[in-house]
Amino acid sequence: MVQRLQHLLGIEPLTREQITFLLDQAKPFQEFQRHPLKKLATLRGKTVAIAFFEASTRTRISFTTASSRLGADTMSLQAESSSLKKGESLLDTVRTLEAMRPDGIVMRHSSSGAPEFVAQRLEIPVMNAGDGTHEHPTQGLLDALTIRDRKGTLEGLNVTILGDILHSRVARSNIHLLTKFGSRITLCGPPMWVPRELETLAPNVRRVVRTEEALQGADVIIVLRVQTERIHEPALAAEEYVLGYQLTPERLRLAKPDAIVLHPGPMIRGLEIDQVVADGPQSCVLEQVTNGLAVRMALLYHLIGGAAVDAPHPAKE
Amino acid sequence: MLLIKNGRVLDPASKTDAKLDVLLDGERISKIGANLSAPDAEIFDAAGLIVAPGFIDLHCHLREPGQEMSETIETGTRAAARGGFTAICCMPNTQPVNDNASVTRGIVERAAAVGSVRMWPIGAASVGSKGEALAEIAAMKDAGIVGVSDDGKPIATARLMRQVMDYCNALGLPVIDHCEDASLFAGGVMREGPASVRLGLKGIPSQSESICVGRDVEMALLTGARLHIAHMSTLGSLEYVRSAKQRGLRVTCEVTPHHFTLTDEDVRYDTNYKMNPPLASSEDRDALIQGLADGSVDAIATDHAPHHPASKDVEFDRAPFGVTGFETALALGLSELVHKGKLPLMRLVELFTIGPARVLGIERKIAADAPADLTIFSADHTWTFRASESASKSHNTPFDGRVFRGTPMATIVAGRVVFRQNKTGQA
Repeated sequence: MVQRLQHLLGIEPLTREQITFLLDQAKPFQEFQRHPLKKLATLRGKTVAIAFFEASTRTRISFTTASSRLGADTMSLQAESSSLKKGESLLDTVRTLEAMRPDGIVMRHSSSGAPEFVAQRLEIPVMNAGDGTHEHPTQGLLDALTIRDRKGTLEGLNVTILGDILHSRVARSNIHLLTKFGSRITLCGPPMWVPRELETLAPNVRRVVRTEEALQGADVIIVLRVQTERIHEPALAAEEYVLGYQLTPERLRLAKPDAIVLHPGPMIRGLEIDQVVADGPQSCVLEQVTNGLAVRMALLYHLIGGAAVDAPHPAKE
Repeated sequence: MLLIKNGRVLDPASKTDAKLDVLLDGERISKIGANLSAPDAEIFDAAGLIVAPGFIDLHCHLREPGQEMSETIETGTRAAARGGFTAICCMPNTQPVNDNASVTRGIVERAAAVGSVRMWPIGAASVGSKGEALAEIAAMKDAGIVGVSDDGKPIATARLMRQVMDYCNALGLPVIDHCEDASLFAGGVMREGPASVRLGLKGIPSQSESICVGRDVEMALLTGARLHIAHMSTLGSLEYVRSAKQRGLRVTCEVTPHHFTLTDEDVRYDTNYKMNPPLASSEDRDALIQGLADGSVDAIATDHAPHHPASKDVEFDRAPFGVTGFETALALGLSELVHKGKLPLMRLVELFTIGPARVLGIERKIAADAPADLTIFSADHTWTFRASESASKSHNTPFDGRVFRGTPMATIVAGRVVFRQNKTGQA
């Protein structure tokens, strides 16, 4: 029996069984996205608060669409239009939202730990849609679903993560998730963004200085966006980044022939990833987007719909 | 007259550790001896308790004037009394900054009117603590300051530090520095290390502190001034202080209870774990304890920094730095250091008494004619600290609900009992 989740604040506290359960729950929702009529009644009468205190397009649309395809209504808060600009505290803002009786809150915030802070103070489930440089758990789940579909497993894979790891919440969620299944993580990027402490995040995490070496034998390559808005240090010149770390067709050939390429988006073609790689047969970028919907529907169904967690489900491992 | 009977007198200045009675007459100690009797005196039965010289806190923030929502001189000194402190040094980062004699006088007069303990303010080193022009240090000294600091931030430049040191050297005042390098600090919210990387919180490398300590020691070498390093938190800083002491420089330092108790691995998304300097690595913490034991560290200071809940109940990276500390300081020293066998009891008492007194250039002792400032505590009483029961206006502490062994039982300032609780913990 799988321990039921109250919130989804991060991947780190989850067990392997909980992750497998959520990924399995996402399977039927993957197929559902191909349906001509994309509306279920599962969460009819439920309301999901979508509170984005930091700019986002794809994650917000994905959660909103996932909610509506499950039949739920959404209420949406965006930082630009909110009373935060008028000096209201986060706590007052979310308590105000809660007083409108949503059944759960999806939250993105630029401060690491903000969803946990809110979860400790509200009664309703909190879903972390990305907090600062901490975690982006639904991205971790959708990446895992994509990898499991393509590779048939999450165990024993060589996964290389390229880019600004230090400031990446996507990287943290991926590292926690994939190492729980026994995959090996290789981190590579500009050295100031790949500090040695990252190796203590989980077992089987190593840093490699040269991109070429980091890609040797990789089954999965996750290319991160260069997070210009989160970098306080002097930035690296774009030309330097391209020279050292861009995923080019030549570099991709160093990985296993059947290696796949993931990118959480938004992609900056010509900076962290070459055009040809982004559109090539090994790229899973659009699959990731569709899987994002499936994973988020599964999560909303689990946290808000009250789906029984001990119901029989096909074992995938 | 007050006769304190049957206590165990611990006086670091004379190395006394014996069952003795202490007779207070007015504001001074009159007599110390075995089985004293004074027919007219009120009796304080200190059986099973330790009678120590009055504790001094070199570093606290009372928020008055300017931020009375978080603390006032009245509530802050009451909390200090409950913590066993008989004299406290309040830092100048009030609003307005204590950078001139009229602000100093305001603080001293307010403390005399409503305060529970002695108030020894620290004046700003520079006008507005802005790091530009020298503050009115001599005038503030006449008004009652016992040292200078731009606390909250370091004295801005080596050049200004040189001027402050030269000036304070002539005035006989210590220069207290909050050491950090602004370019390394750079918006950080906790110590850089595995925990900051895991939590995704911006880290501050320990060198942010030690680089500045190194600069200050060099300036102390140049000027010969008395330098005191505030709330020192790292091994690197401690090494600079040790080497300065070996070279005979007049360099001292203090460590806070939270830094000898907690590490960066304790940090959670709870702003009661956010303070500056941030909680350090366990290697640093262990080095600080070693320094407290071997004499490299001169004093334990609370860095009591009250913040109103409205300012602390926010996202971690948006909260102000600081935790309260008066009422847990001695309990932490006893529970974490003495009872864990890391420090003899006498050494702990030193760190609260003659240690800070030496930093200020004064004496602290239990002797005839000395001021009747005494701290009476139990080294064994087991109790649970509840932030909600604190005398402070603010409750921002990481130690809420913690069980302690040892607690202040009475605080006597100038012969007056300003705090007393019975053995069941009832004040």
